[in-house]
Amino acid sequence: MMNKATLVLFLVTFSFSLHAQKLFSTKTGQIRFNASSPLEQIAAINNQVDSKMIDKTGQIVFSVLIKSFKFENQLMEDHFNENYLESSKIPKADFKGFISNIASVNFAKDGKYPAVFIGTLTIHGVQQKVSTTGDVIIADGTPSISGVFKIKLADYGIVGSYIGGKIANEAEVTVNCKYQ
Amino acid sequence: METYNHNRSKKLLWCIALFSIAYLLPHSAVAQTTDLFKLQDEQDKKDAKEKTDITTSIFKSTRLINGQTIENTGAGILDLRISHRFGMVNTGAYNFFGLDQATMRLGLDYGITNRLEVGIGRSTFNKEFDGFFKYRILRQSTGKTEMPISISLAETGVWRSLKDPATTYQINYSDHFSFASQLILARKFNDYFSLQLIPTMVHYNIVADKEIKNDLYSMGVGFRARLSRRVNLTGEYYYQITQLGGYKNSASVGFDIETGGHVFQLFFTNSTGINESSFITQTQGLWSNGGVHFGFNISRVFTVVKPKNAGRTN
Repeated sequence: MMNKATLVLFLVTFSFSLHAQKLFSTKTGQIRFNASSPLEQIAAINNQVDSKMIDKTGQIVFSVLIKSFKFENQLMEDHFNENYLESSKIPKADFKGFISNIASVNFAKDGKYPAVFIGTLTIHGVQQKVSTTGDVIIADGTPSISGVFKIKLADYGIVGSYIGGKIANEAEVTVNCKYQ
Repeated sequence: METYNHNRSKKLLWCIALFSIAYLLPHSAVAQTTDLFKLQDEQDKKDAKEKTDITTSIFKSTRLINGQTIENTGAGILDLRISHRFGMVNTGAYNFFGLDQATMRLGLDYGITNRLEVGIGRSTFNKEFDGFFKYRILRQSTGKTEMPISISLAETGVWRSLKDPATTYQINYSDHFSFASQLILARKFNDYFSLQLIPTMVHYNIVADKEIKNDLYSMGVGFRARLSRRVNLTGEYYYQITQLGGYKNSASVGFDIETGGHVFQLFFTNSTGINESSFITQTQGLWSNGGVHFGFNISRVFTVVKPKNAGRTN
């Protein structure tokens, strides 16, 4: 009985040290979006993106407060919050997924590694399975990720007569997060 | 013997458990079993409690119809406002129900900070110039800090430049001034309804009669009710507690129509003047006999100082 217990202790201790994984996180990631049309410049930036990533599993999450998107035009920001994203009812958007080719990223070696992100994007309370490509960049041992992808506003229940006119049907989303 | 062994192994298991915890703590959240999805959900819940959410868009514009709302022009934003009133509807078909005539105010507002707005304007009514500042004292918020209402202070000064009629007494330069002090108390009940109360004092440096006080008190009330994504019904009423004499209470009803980055306001009002002193205390029209103006306000905003890290991506 005692031997068994010792063995368990031994295994527990070593399994952790062998498979030690690292959690990288940031609260100051950046997400920009651009839904400009030829008629109107519609772009905003959010510098308070909360993101976490685990190196071994490639698991990655983003959590974004809608109200933290800053527009140049304040009225546009109000309309974005009240009429389109309904941020008082649905304050957050998030992404939960994995970097599917995380094994190809060498966290110990500086460089730029192409990455494939697969997961669930939730905007305006609507979940959509998404898959996009980007980069994992290792610089001085700390990772950053960057990526650009497009989302169709209608897919997330974001509707209004201006969409397709003054507002583009698709928004281009640019992600830049530097982890600690 | 059996029991002894059992106890001992139990103790040992406890030891293992404690040891494991002690070992894991410094590596917090690095265990193989860490689920970021769960971790993030828990953190989001915690963050939501920690965060104060300031209520925005209590009203859609910085003016309701004639008067101020609780809203301010954002920091670094210049707002060019054209407030236009046609003639009175009851002037009949000869004046095309008022559309032949017009009074207007041209104004420029600027947000110094997100709490402080200043503005200047010129009205055709009495050839008046006006200047004001509006300061947000309290902001309605939910979350960590709960604040049920927003409160602003607005101070307006008006200079009447219309030539004086012949009088039996000396008129000084300072006699052309009047001032309005307003406290604006507003609450957004939900996305569909907001209400504001505006206790007001208008001060005239000179009044026509000894019987009339220089300080005139009134109470304003205004609302907006959302009809659709882009259209709000608005209403405004100022009850005069003390009067300049012979004037009516200002009552207006209209629509706020949002068009992209702008708000277009269309309404009916019985007030001819557009600055605070004139519409609150010198309204002559009577709703009951059609003494109302059709009018509109247009606002065009220009970003003078870009907010840091905000806006354009190219």
